[in-house]
Amino acid sequence: MSYFIDRRLNPKGKSLGNRQRFLRRARSQIKKAVQDSLKDRSVSDFEKNQKISIPAKGTTEPFFHHASKGGTRDFVHPGNKEFDAGDRIRKPPGGGGGEGQGKDASDGGEGEDEFSFTLTQDEVLDIFFEDLELPNMTKTSLKQVKKMAYQRAGVTVAGAPTNLNLIRTMRNSFGRRLALNRPSTADIEALKERLFELEAKADRHVEDHAEIKRILKKMDELEAKRRWVPYIDPMDVRYNAFEQRPVPSSQAVMFCLMDVSGSMGEREKDLAKRFYILLHLFLKRRYEKVDTVFIRHTHTAQEVDEETFFYSRQSGGTIVSTALDVMLKVWEDRYPADEWNVYGAQASDGYTQSGDAQRCIELLTQEILPRCQYYSYIEILDEREMEVFADDESGAELWRTSRTIFNDWPNFNTKRISSPGDIFPVFRELFSKEAASE
Amino acid sequence: MSDITNSAKDLTQSPVEKAASDKLLFNSAEWDFETLQTVFDAIRDIADNDLGLDYYPNQIEIIASEQMLDAYSSHGMPLMYGHWSFGKTFARESHFYSKGMSALAYEIVINSNPCISFLMEENTMTMQTLVIAHAAFGHNHFFKNNYLFRQWTDADAILDYLDFAKKFIAKCEEEYGYEAVELTLDSAHALMGQGVFRYSRALKLSDEKQRERLRRRLAHERKTFNDLWRTVPALSSLEPPEDDDEDLALNEALSLPEENILYFLEKHSPVLQLWQRELLRIVRTVSQYFYPQKQTKIMNEGCATFVHHYIMNELHRRGQIGDGSLLEFIQSHTGVIFQPDFDDPRYSGFNPYALGFAMMSDIKRICTQPEAEDREWFPDIAGCGDWRGVLKDAWHNYRDESFILQFLSPKLMRDFRLFSLHDEAREPFVEISAIHNERGYRQVRQTLAEMHDVGNLEPNIQVVRADMKGDRTLSLQHMMHKGKPLDQKSAGEVLKHVSQLWGYDVQMIDPENSEEPEKNVAAA
Repeated sequence: MSYFIDRRLNPKGKSLGNRQRFLRRARSQIKKAVQDSLKDRSVSDFEKNQKISIPAKGTTEPFFHHASKGGTRDFVHPGNKEFDAGDRIRKPPGGGGGEGQGKDASDGGEGEDEFSFTLTQDEVLDIFFEDLELPNMTKTSLKQVKKMAYQRAGVTVAGAPTNLNLIRTMRNSFGRRLALNRPSTADIEALKERLFELEAKADRHVEDHAEIKRILKKMDELEAKRRWVPYIDPMDVRYNAFEQRPVPSSQAVMFCLMDVSGSMGEREKDLAKRFYILLHLFLKRRYEKVDTVFIRHTHTAQEVDEETFFYSRQSGGTIVSTALDVMLKVWEDRYPADEWNVYGAQASDGYTQSGDAQRCIELLTQEILPRCQYYSYIEILDEREMEVFADDESGAELWRTSRTIFNDWPNFNTKRISSPGDIFPVFRELFSKEAASE
Repeated sequence: MSDITNSAKDLTQSPVEKAASDKLLFNSAEWDFETLQTVFDAIRDIADNDLGLDYYPNQIEIIASEQMLDAYSSHGMPLMYGHWSFGKTFARESHFYSKGMSALAYEIVINSNPCISFLMEENTMTMQTLVIAHAAFGHNHFFKNNYLFRQWTDADAILDYLDFAKKFIAKCEEEYGYEAVELTLDSAHALMGQGVFRYSRALKLSDEKQRERLRRRLAHERKTFNDLWRTVPALSSLEPPEDDDEDLALNEALSLPEENILYFLEKHSPVLQLWQRELLRIVRTVSQYFYPQKQTKIMNEGCATFVHHYIMNELHRRGQIGDGSLLEFIQSHTGVIFQPDFDDPRYSGFNPYALGFAMMSDIKRICTQPEAEDREWFPDIAGCGDWRGVLKDAWHNYRDESFILQFLSPKLMRDFRLFSLHDEAREPFVEISAIHNERGYRQVRQTLAEMHDVGNLEPNIQVVRADMKGDRTLSLQHMMHKGKPLDQKSAGEVLKHVSQLWGYDVQMIDPENSEEPEKNVAAA
């Protein structure tokens, strides 16, 4: 009779349901705490679990209890050192429970103004993205049915001749032949040779005749056995098997375009980077697979790796349209539009060679916007410029030109940012439902 | 303490060393199920034949730390219903635990039949031995025999009942939406402290048949629901009101005053649906189930600590655990029964383990090695020798308050250097009313006992009047104890919850002047 039960392998996370209830309950406060913390968080921290403090109000559980002061109270405490009966101890000014403080604090459950706990990364992101919805999600939802692809799945005994697995088949055949002792061609050849030799003899003895007879009989036996034990038997045959497996069709490619000419300083690049990382995080949650393509440009453009994209310097003029050309080329080459959801994010300080803005708009309206899910143009300004260009309609040439098509394309958006604090609100706005339905 | 010194003497007896090591139950810190079983049997031998404990059958479950956190967050019950507040506790506990700010308990034990103890897998073999003795025998014996538990809890049915409650609440969430369920549960939880019968009517958990009936009734209601009937005036409102219905008679019909506010609302609230009443019932059942534990913290932990201390030393005396294990046990044990002084930064009131264990060890001392003082204070047990009998009598028939009043000895008061304080709100000073000397013993003991009377700790709030003929205002009254006022802020919040359940206005009547309502009024 055993009294012991091993529960260690029982499913964990029994409290998960209650945790979700709690998060739901404190939703608005947690959301605010997350937003606040995001503002001053550097992007590398973003992936980690977050400690969150929310005001205790709203998740308090009130109950009837005595106030910490008032009335007559008697306490007993341990550890008397110098007191004698009748001693009087002045209460500390400004109230407080005096000697009874420790006890009161534990009884009253007060002083719990902040409630701290840890949110997992998933929870943080869920809260952050809560009411964001991707524009043109229809395309994705239409593709809910997963694409199937054939994958190797071992070997079977039945199948089409084209899928015959020769090696497996021959291996089986060889093994069977060995096991059943099938006479080899060499054995028969050897007998034949001996037969010819004997038959070629001019003076055959009696024993020669006997041997010829024996060989002929033996050869008959061998031939018969070779027929019983065929070279390839149907039971040897193996076919390659294939089965259908779903492949992630919900995939997105994100083109990061950035002006790296001299006018883009460290600060601008840093802001752009934060934007890209958030965009990437966001897409990662919506799509099973997200590819990133980094294209930098000065007066020429090239596809580069992430490291080069953010940290290497290049000098030259600024022709934005070259980047769009490269983007289109990569797109044609590697990301067929019917399989990939395409997102474009372009960061620039707004300066381009005169006349180039018009070409950018042409490329955008004719080639890019009709086929991509979303294209955002981020203009990074410094604080001073931000004030000058408070109005959306004024700005550098590229900005003004892009504003002209802003209203025609719901999947196109332009925003200005000037400090890390601006990114998150802008980011929200970019993907909020309102922006999509505009 | 004497046990430990005795066994220290044993260390020097080398001739039996070889034989002793053969008898050792375990040699390494690692545990396995086979060793646990051996240890369990050895402990049971001491519990049965030496201490003569009487306990529920044991079911011991090994769990991982995350499961311990799970258990923490729902009153230690394995089958608690879902509510956000448990999620909140879990979030806080796991945050503290992962940041290393708090350690987890070695065990959790449930007052049920069979008695379930949860043991942490991280425990060493010595700790598992200690914990089995502590929980599976110490607490278990107390649960089965103490009069409060026998009267107020139903160990046979509690797990069944919680299972029912969990399913019922999950079903309600499905049917009425989690918001509605949460609203009712929040309000009920706020009144949990006022959801117990303190003096009368033991609670019998409804059996499966009754619950089945309720389920059927709810299902029937749902099937036959016809919106048309809602527009027909209710029968009662058609009848002419009975004029000479005195308030008093009505109050009698409502059996007022009523201390169990949850019970009152469950039975008499004009607005609650049937399923909501069942939710209140579940909450007050749980509350009632835990009520004896609140009143016996010192005794419960003291009993378990005394039992594990005795058993561990006895195991060592019999050569079944080694010296290393004994030292590991002593280290852990002294940590458990540590009582900081009042001026120590670690002080946060009495440690129930310390006080309980000290008092029970002291009873053993009084029974076996009494001094003149003990003979004077405890004439009926001093020197009687039968400490097992005396302790069992205490475990069975007392709660913290009466236990202290009966058994706290002058020696212990001196050992703890107890002193009592008198704090009058209007005076600018606190007075030392008594200390651990001949003149003060009785008063210190009296005050300490009162401090452990749940009746004094929790405000006594009763339903006194329900204005059924007028605007249906419900009146609660705080029966003030020694002039201690209620915390106004939280009381206001709780009144809102009461009003939520009552459906109409609720007021708190000033205890001094019963006509003037206190400023706490919650509108429906």
